[in-house]
Amino acid sequence: MNAFSFRRLWALLRKEWVQVRRDPTTLRLIILMPMIQLLMFGYVINSNPHNLPAGVLMAQPSKYERSIVTALRNTGYYNIRMVATEAEAEQDLADGKLLFVINIPANFDRSVDRGESPSILVDADGTDPTAIGNATGALGGLTNTLRRDLPPNLQAGPAPPPFRFVIHARYNPEQISALNIVPGLICVVLMMSTLMLTTLAITKERERGTMENLLAMPVRPIEVMLAKITPYIGIGYLQVVIILVMAAVLFHLPIHGSVVLLLLVLGLFIASNLALGITYSTIASNQSQAQQMAQFTMMPFMMLSGFFFPFQGMPAWARFIGEAIPTTHAMRIVRGVLLKGNGIVEIFPDLWPIGLFMLVTVTIAVLFYRETLD
Amino acid sequence: MSDGPPELAIDVRDLHKSFGSRVVVDGLSLQVARGEICGFLGANGSGKTTTIRMLCGLLVPDGGSGTCLGLDILKQAPLIRRQVGYMTQKFSFYEDMTVSENLTFVAEVYEMKNSAEAVRRIMDRMGLVDRADQLAGQLSGGWKQRLALAACVLHEPKLLLLDEPTAGVDAKARREFWDLIHDMAVDGLTVLVSTHYMDEAERCKRIVYLAGGKLVVQGSADEVVAASSLITFEATGGDIDAIARQIRKRPGVQAAAVFGHVLHIAGTDRTQLLAATRACADPNIAWAEVRPGLEDVFIHLLSGTEGAG
Ligand SMILES: Nc1ncnc2c1ncn2[C@@H]1O[C@H](COP(=O)(O)OP(=O)(O)OP(=O)(O)O)[C@@H](O)[C@H]1O
Ligand SMILES: [Mg+2]
Repeated sequence: MNAFSFRRLWALLRKEWVQVRRDPTTLRLIILMPMIQLLMFGYVINSNPHNLPAGVLMAQPSKYERSIVTALRNTGYYNIRMVATEAEAEQDLADGKLLFVINIPANFDRSVDRGESPSILVDADGTDPTAIGNATGALGGLTNTLRRDLPPNLQAGPAPPPFRFVIHARYNPEQISALNIVPGLICVVLMMSTLMLTTLAITKERERGTMENLLAMPVRPIEVMLAKITPYIGIGYLQVVIILVMAAVLFHLPIHGSVVLLLLVLGLFIASNLALGITYSTIASNQSQAQQMAQFTMMPFMMLSGFFFPFQGMPAWARFIGEAIPTTHAMRIVRGVLLKGNGIVEIFPDLWPIGLFMLVTVTIAVLFYRETLD
Repeated sequence: MSDGPPELAIDVRDLHKSFGSRVVVDGLSLQVARGEICGFLGANGSGKTTTIRMLCGLLVPDGGSGTCLGLDILKQAPLIRRQVGYMTQKFSFYEDMTVSENLTFVAEVYEMKNSAEAVRRIMDRMGLVDRADQLAGQLSGGWKQRLALAACVLHEPKLLLLDEPTAGVDAKARREFWDLIHDMAVDGLTVLVSTHYMDEAERCKRIVYLAGGKLVVQGSADEVVAASSLITFEATGGDIDAIARQIRKRPGVQAAAVFGHVLHIAGTDRTQLLAATRACADPNIAWAEVRPGLEDVFIHLLSGTEGAG
């Protein structure tokens, strides 16, 4: 008997496709799951908190103070109060009583008047980047605030802005920005849905008793597995497209790199998840066991991939495990391609670990696939 | 492949299979000639399904060896599967696919030359044409069995392994089913069929009876009856239900069963049986010794091995 037959694979693929189609509940779930998850997390991303407590610390009285404070207030993001000393500011920031401390330095007025464009240091509480993201974003628009108040010689003509803001994110120097979450979300949603779906693939056959028949027919393990994986690759892509379009439309996700490259790479990531799902499916003896395996995997995968916590902030052992997880690498790739416009050369270091992971899991799956009922 | 068709379609010796500490098949040897229809009988749990699974390579025997269609059951299972039609005891086609989708899938997986034509022909033959677009899961039990049989003969196998193919099938369909099996046997198909129905056993050229994973008797229906050395008396007239209840407790009476208006008692000791008939004397009842039927023999065999399953 030939070891591989495209005709048998095609027959198996058609069977899988018919079965996927006949299961509208799962289909609906497949479409809705990424949408709901994106909206759910997206709500957090999109949450645009206003009136955040901010303290203004002045090294010496400034004639520009009123204009700056008014401008800050007018953004709607800041609830300003004056802070007397640096120690008090530090304490309130640590206690969470203040999310921002705006330091107007000594000799500020003189520097502005000379057109030196001095800096105002903004210390921001970076523990919740999504909370402060928009507020810090608004600062950029304020730097021309003082132009009207400037001495006449500086008012005319193109000149550097009267002053600058320098934002210093405290406690979370890596500063995961809201935009950083969308690429992570793409990977996490993909991981959850594809892993969940394929985990059920082979156990379903076993549980419904159809496995006995399938085994009695001249199909090879690799044919069965390819047939089980392929429809879900298509489904995975559908989910990627849904997430990308939603993220672009609703959250204005910038796409700096090549979408084609991104889709190619995500194909490998989807396949690696499916391979893991199939492996669980062959090892587990029933559906609920397989499902539990998948659930036990998703949590650490999410935790250690850098989705929740900044990867560099994790202890060495956690980073070590994290490096073995495809989600970690996929997330870096997607961030790199989408936000930084990375190309194949830059993403390669994160590409091969995904391929390796897939190779290992597929090998395990083929080893564990039993051609008998024993 | 061996040269020339082997005489024996199934030739296995000393098969053993245990699940954990439970011995399910215990030194079974089985020979079935080509073109033969062999009935596979035995109490529930006697190891029929397990044996059939070992024959087509779905279970690996713990011990023993043999060939199926001249191919080694241990080493050439994939080759055996191509030429065997195995009908599982439990319906195991895809319930979320239609009848024709299931059959097309099977035809394609066996890489049949003219699969569309083959599917059409088998649906015609099995009367499935009207139900071609019905989901398999929505068929009644008997129709599911027909679909399963259609699917397992579709690829023109040389050997059919049928595990209780007619369980839950109505009398007419069963008759048609067996006519079909006999038709196919004429063309050289070998059939091993497990069943609990006596009329079906009687339609087999040879019967193999299994108990506790061991072969107990085999041969034609007549040979099995003769081998049992069973003596049967028949009572007619009178209140045979009451008599049956009494006589069952008498020594030497191994089985007492009422068939409509007649009572059969069976045992292996003639004197004890005669004593029993005299003890239950009733002027209305006429006793006569009769030739035991296959059913008597099986009830006798089954009661002898009770608790084996
Ligand atoms: N996979 C298995 N694991 C453990 N025990 C098993 C397994 N398969 C069968 N058995 C046991 O082996 C024994 C024989 O089972 P088998 O299915 O072969 O009987 P059978 O003769 O087909 O019975 P029936 O007439 O009820 O179909 C039973 O006691 C059953 O519990
Ligand atoms: Mg059985």
